[in-house]
Formats: sequence, structure tokens, C-alpha cells
Amino acid sequence: MIFSYYPGCTLKNKAAELDRTARLAAERLGFTLEELPEWQCCGGVFSSARDEIASKLAAVRALAAARDAGHDLVTLCSACHNVLKQANDAMAHDADFAMKANNYMQLETPYHGETRVLHYLEVLRDVVGWDRVAAAVTHPLAGQKVAAYYGCLLLRPGAVMAMDNPENPVIMEDFLRALGADPVIYPYRNECCGGYITLEDPDLAAKKSRQVADSAAGFGAQQMVTACPLCLYNIHKNAADGPEICYFTELLAQALGVGGKGARDDQ
Amino acid sequence: MTNSQELKETLARISGVDVRKCMRCGKCSGTCPAYDEMEYHPHEFVYMVEKGEIEKLMASPSLYKCLSCFACVERCPRGVEPAKVVEAVRLLVIRQQGCNHMTPDQIPALLDEDLPQQAIVSAMRKYSK
Repeated sequence: MIFSYYPGCTLKNKAAELDRTARLAAERLGFTLEELPEWQCCGGVFSSARDEIASKLAAVRALAAARDAGHDLVTLCSACHNVLKQANDAMAHDADFAMKANNYMQLETPYHGETRVLHYLEVLRDVVGWDRVAAAVTHPLAGQKVAAYYGCLLLRPGAVMAMDNPENPVIMEDFLRALGADPVIYPYRNECCGGYITLEDPDLAAKKSRQVADSAAGFGAQQMVTACPLCLYNIHKNAADGPEICYFTELLAQALGVGGKGARDDQ
Repeated sequence: MTNSQELKETLARISGVDVRKCMRCGKCSGTCPAYDEMEYHPHEFVYMVEKGEIEKLMASPSLYKCLSCFACVERCPRGVEPAKVVEAVRLLVIRQQGCNHMTPDQIPALLDEDLPQQAIVSAMRKYSK
């Protein structure tokens, strides 16, 4: 099974481990991530302004490229996933935006939201299936208490992300169970880490990240997992004495025996 | 400078939000992770836009405290989408020439070894035009 793949800027840089472990795990699980040629940065956030056109075109270009390649489009970074799904929704349902975007793009075939965008976790759940993930595990994370940290971009707005219940999600906990781990449910799992405010107001980001990490630790977590490079950064920087945080794909690769978590330190 | 009615119409066009749907339950502010840092809180943004007090909001540092986490959007029982109002007011400010809240030359001093690219591009999208 082949998917078009949109890595995004951070996965080519500070979040290289998210990219590397996801590709290794995909090959082991029998699907291929085919990186889109000449993709551009999604911008990190989708402007909610309806009259904002130019800043959304990089996402539309990637969506159209996947349509032309005939594949569903897979992403890993929570921010890319959020922007691509929101841009796709706008192209499908906001006729005025779609017309203006298509006028800019001058594509051979105008784009109207035909591509299906999937987060890597959705591929695991809906295409591979948890049973097959579990069956492929060679190094189960038995007895490990792991807290899934969703943050905000993966789930919201819920109607557009359409990946899970935004207030009571289960997808990452199901993922952890498939790896043999013991998922920790805690109140702050879908609250914000502070996000980009970390640049301008690091104290606010520290406060928010601390709340999340303390909440996870208070419910017994030894480890946290995320899909978002910015969540990882904020938690790691501001709650270094709390549970360790890594990308969910690092645990996946580790459980599948293809070089996961810890490989960073060995390099 | 435009008058307050014009600002209100521009804001409605940018945000797509009908502030009159608000029933003043305050859930948006109750769930806002930046609440403690704000002069005007999400429910006040909605209310003050309805009253036409947009220039006060435009002058407030609260504009730059919203984390765009969409908690208020998800949890509003009336579908008002307060975060879109905050974003639209911020755009009324930063779309004016010389009113960017952050400029590229400020970035190098803010970097550290681990900062993900995502943080920089997101902040620039939110704070400057």
C-alpha cells in the first residue's frame, strides 16, 4: 500500500526522529510513504481568517499533488496534519475560497478537496488495524505506564480533524495498548502546551507545559508520547524532571524491533 | 481610521463569526489556557465586538496571548468560535503597515538548540504580515 507523504519542515530538521522511525515502522507494517516532490512548508498554523488566501496555498499545492499521484496523503506532525485537513475542508466546502485559490494556482485540473488526508495514527487504526500492529510487535512495552499527549492541533477543530472524539479521544491509548503498554488517562491530555508562545512568552509556555506533565505524572505516567514537535519541545524544556517525552513513532519502532527510542543517544 | 460600524463589518467578514449567537455562559474563558495572562478574555472579545468596542481590543496585548489551541471553539455550546474573533482583531492590527508584532530580525535572539522550525513559522504567521 502506497501513500503520498508530507513530512513538513520540522521533520527534516529538529524532528528527524519522528520521520525516521515512522518510515522504518511503515516498512515493517507493509505500507510505503512516498514523499511528495517539492512540497513546501504548510505554515504551521491555519489562519482562521476567511479572506486569507496566499498563506494557505502551500497546503493546497500538496493536496493537489497527492490527488494527481492518486494516493491518500499521510502526515505525522500535528501541525501539518491540522493545516492540511483544514485547507482541504476549505477547498471542499468554501466555494469562494476554492475559487480564489484555484485562480492563483492555475492547476491543470482545479482542486476541490478530493484528497483524503490521514494522520499516521489513522493509517495504523483504519488501514493496518490494531490487531495487525499488535501481531507485528516483537518487543512489547509490557508494564510501561505511558501517557498519550494529544495537545490541541491533532484533534481540534473536531468536526474538521474528524479523527477521534476531541474531548475523549482513544486513538493513542489504543495505539499504546497494541504495543503492549499500559496507557495512562489524565485530565490534561488534550490541553495546550503553550505552543508558539514559547518564543515570545516562555514563562507562559513553561506554566502550561508543567501543568500537562504534572498531570500525567500525577496519574502515574513514566513516559509521555506525542505526535507534535512543538509539544515535545515545550514539555522537554519545561518539565525535564517529569516523565520523559518522545514521539509515538519512536515507541512504535522500538516495539517492532526496528530501531526506535534510544537510537538518538547511540548515534 | 474607520468608524466602529465599519470595523465591525470588516471583522465579521474576516472571522465569519456571528457574535450575536453568544449566550454569555463564559465557557470559552473558563477553558482558556491563557486566561490568567489576558486583559480581555475570550468572552469579553465576543461581547466587546458585539458592542462595537473593537478599537479597545486592537490596543490590547491580549491579542498576542491567544495560543490558537481552539479549546474555546471546540467547547462553545453555541458554536460562536471565539478564537476566530481574536484572530480577526489581531489581523485588523497587523495588516496595517508597520504594525507587525514580530519581525524576522528578532528571531535569531529567540532561538535555542532544540527549538523546532514549527514554532518559528507558526509565530511568524500569527504575529506578522
